[in-house]
Amino acid sequence: MKLDLDRCTGCKLCQLVCSVVSFGENNPKKAGIRVVSRLFTDARYDVVVCDQCGLCIESCPVGAISMEDGVVRIDADTCTNCGICVETCPNGAMFVHPDVDHPIKCIACGECARLCPRGVLDALAGVGKVAS
Amino acid sequence: MHGYAGAILRVNLSTGAVSREPLTEDLASNYIGGRGFGAHFVYREVPAGTDPLGPGNKLVVAAGPFSGVFLPSGAKTSLSAKSPATGLYGDSNIGGHLAAELKYAGYDALVIEGKAGEPSYLFIEDDRVEVRPCAKLWGMGSIKTEKALKDELGDEFQIAAIGPAGENMVVFASVNHDIGRQAGRCGMGAVMGSKNLKAIAVRGTRTVHVADMAGLRKVANEMFAVLAANPALKVWQDQGLAQVTTWSNSIGALPTRNFRQNFYENAEALSGERMRSDIHVRDKACFACPMATGKYCRARHRGETVYVEGPEYETTALIGSNCALGSIEEVAYANYMCDELGLDTISGGSAVAFTMECFERGIITKEDTGGIEARFGSLDAFVEIVKLIAARQGIGEPLSRGVRAAAEAWGGGSEDFAIQVKGLEWSGYESRGAPSMMLAYMTCDIGAHHNRAWAITHDIAVGRNIIKGKAAKVIELQHTRPLFDCLGVCRLQWVELGLPLEYYARLYPAVTGRQDSWDDLLDKSERIWNLVRAFGVRERADFGRADDQPPRRFYTEPVPDGPLAGSRITREDLDRLLDEYYDLRGWDRNGRPTAKTLERLGLRDVAAELQALGRIS
Ligand code: SF4
Ligand code: SF4
Ligand code: SF4
Repeated sequence: MKLDLDRCTGCKLCQLVCSVVSFGENNPKKAGIRVVSRLFTDARYDVVVCDQCGLCIESCPVGAISMEDGVVRIDADTCTNCGICVETCPNGAMFVHPDVDHPIKCIACGECARLCPRGVLDALAGVGKVAS
Repeated sequence: MHGYAGAILRVNLSTGAVSREPLTEDLASNYIGGRGFGAHFVYREVPAGTDPLGPGNKLVVAAGPFSGVFLPSGAKTSLSAKSPATGLYGDSNIGGHLAAELKYAGYDALVIEGKAGEPSYLFIEDDRVEVRPCAKLWGMGSIKTEKALKDELGDEFQIAAIGPAGENMVVFASVNHDIGRQAGRCGMGAVMGSKNLKAIAVRGTRTVHVADMAGLRKVANEMFAVLAANPALKVWQDQGLAQVTTWSNSIGALPTRNFRQNFYENAEALSGERMRSDIHVRDKACFACPMATGKYCRARHRGETVYVEGPEYETTALIGSNCALGSIEEVAYANYMCDELGLDTISGGSAVAFTMECFERGIITKEDTGGIEARFGSLDAFVEIVKLIAARQGIGEPLSRGVRAAAEAWGGGSEDFAIQVKGLEWSGYESRGAPSMMLAYMTCDIGAHHNRAWAITHDIAVGRNIIKGKAAKVIELQHTRPLFDCLGVCRLQWVELGLPLEYYARLYPAVTGRQDSWDDLLDKSERIWNLVRAFGVRERADFGRADDQPPRRFYTEPVPDGPLAGSRITREDLDRLLDEYYDLRGWDRNGRPTAKTLERLGLRDVAAELQALGRIS
């Protein structure tokens, strides 16, 4: 999956809208995507988000993670919040929040891609089913 | 409370005491947030006669109800205190990611009082609040400080830091954030320095709850869609505010050679196009902003390569044309120097231009400057002068107190071209050919700043020589524009991309649950305006009309060249503008709110206080 990172402005709208659609809250720390500033070192921004590689599925000791229509999902009821998948993810794309009892990851709903003012995330919207 | 984090964090640096005060319904509904909170705390808690650089002054760092919320550009933090530049209430706002992070940490505002015993920074991560010693950061540039703190704490911490100029209490020292965004005006950096406070670092994990999430999403999605469909968005994304330079020059408003001219023959070299083609590296946005007016740029000078966000219009005007620099890369380098030293690029540019004019006129000589050839057009001179200002050495000592103070020190008639009002240097619009803009600068509550009433487009629309009727527009803008600073949201989407105000009016009840109409909010903005004026009236027995005067240059020297060559504004015109303005505001002809006006605005106690002092009738 290729994100057009050269166009990212670091606005974090993707992170904000993710918390809005996932939790109904204004809270970018409760999001399945992270914008990271690399201005000091590389004069650019980075976006960290799941590419649905599926590696975490096997790592989960209670089988809480599965793939559906190309999208990797965590079943919150089964998940024990052990954190193993968070450690496993090669992209660092599983996020923990003190008030949420399971890791948070991208479910490819496409909402951030729709709102990104720079088209950085268009590739994300192509994964799985895009919410209307 | 909907739309708010719900708490004010009070930190006393002298005692180390930290307390959380619940945000009261009264404060939130009457003063809204941001600058409104600043005006409230500074008026109520900083008594007349307080030394702005003493421990008695208070620094208020406030977000607004829109900050951090799902809507375009809820990114603005206001910093307020008694200003060391003006001795009056002062504030300055800053974009970036600070306001949102403050709310996520659980605070609508910080009230910082006292003075730390040693150089320190304020660490805030949700409930964890610590005043941490930081001797190793003292003396460091503001951008380097930001990097050092991010390296230590992590990228999610948002940093506001001062540079050496703030430490040394230069009255126009800035507070810097996000590699080149400045709360530049009114010396908020000096107030931090006076408190031994090098930086503030914030990270938060909380939610900002709103009254009606579904309603908010509906309005916000419409706003994002309208902005995305605007054909003008592209040029803003490409050039940001740098595009304004060419326009300003074409209408005879671009400050040039210390405001002697308003047309710069070399403006093309400073244009937004040149910024984009010559030095631009990356577009950079404030929180949740589709415009991304921040332009991360690279500049090389004498073998050194530096990176900084900027230069936007104000910096280009005050550092570029006003000091007659030759290229946008030179401006960017000078911009970097000011940011790193922690100097407001507006006042800093003005101070250097003033020095250059004094030097060229022989009011100061090479002996005074320590050998610096302080001529217009010299980047080397610019850099040497700002270093002296930040260190308060040589000519930098009087300059560090602002151009009004430097003119007093150097004499020779230089006060006529010390371009300031109330002690605050004039920002980027030369206004001899724009009476409402002139009035806006004269009456701006913090000194000569454009942001309260950017009225120049009104002058162009209705006729540039017309005087009558202009005060009403200035007042309307002085209530509308600062509302954005109260709400904690950027106003450029409305001003520049024409996003209708109606959207903001619809956001307010969805976010806060309060049913105020936009007109109700404007009434509150008028109250805040009058409270700030009352601060000046309480502060000084002689405060009033004399504080609302432009420098003599503007009514004695006609514009020498450019599209407005020969045009001028007379002393009589200025008086007519002021009379009309005071009458419409319900102030007396000496520019003091009457008791009746204050009472109408719900400021009965303020009226009583000023009456008891014999200051108003
Ligand atoms: S919304 Fe787009 S431009 Fe903004 S931070 Fe996310 S990826 Fe970058
Ligand atoms: S969360 Fe990480 S490991 Fe799991 S599918 Fe996404 S990228 Fe792969
Ligand atoms: S328009 Fe510019 S200043 Fe305003 S929020 Fe966007 S990036 Fe920030």
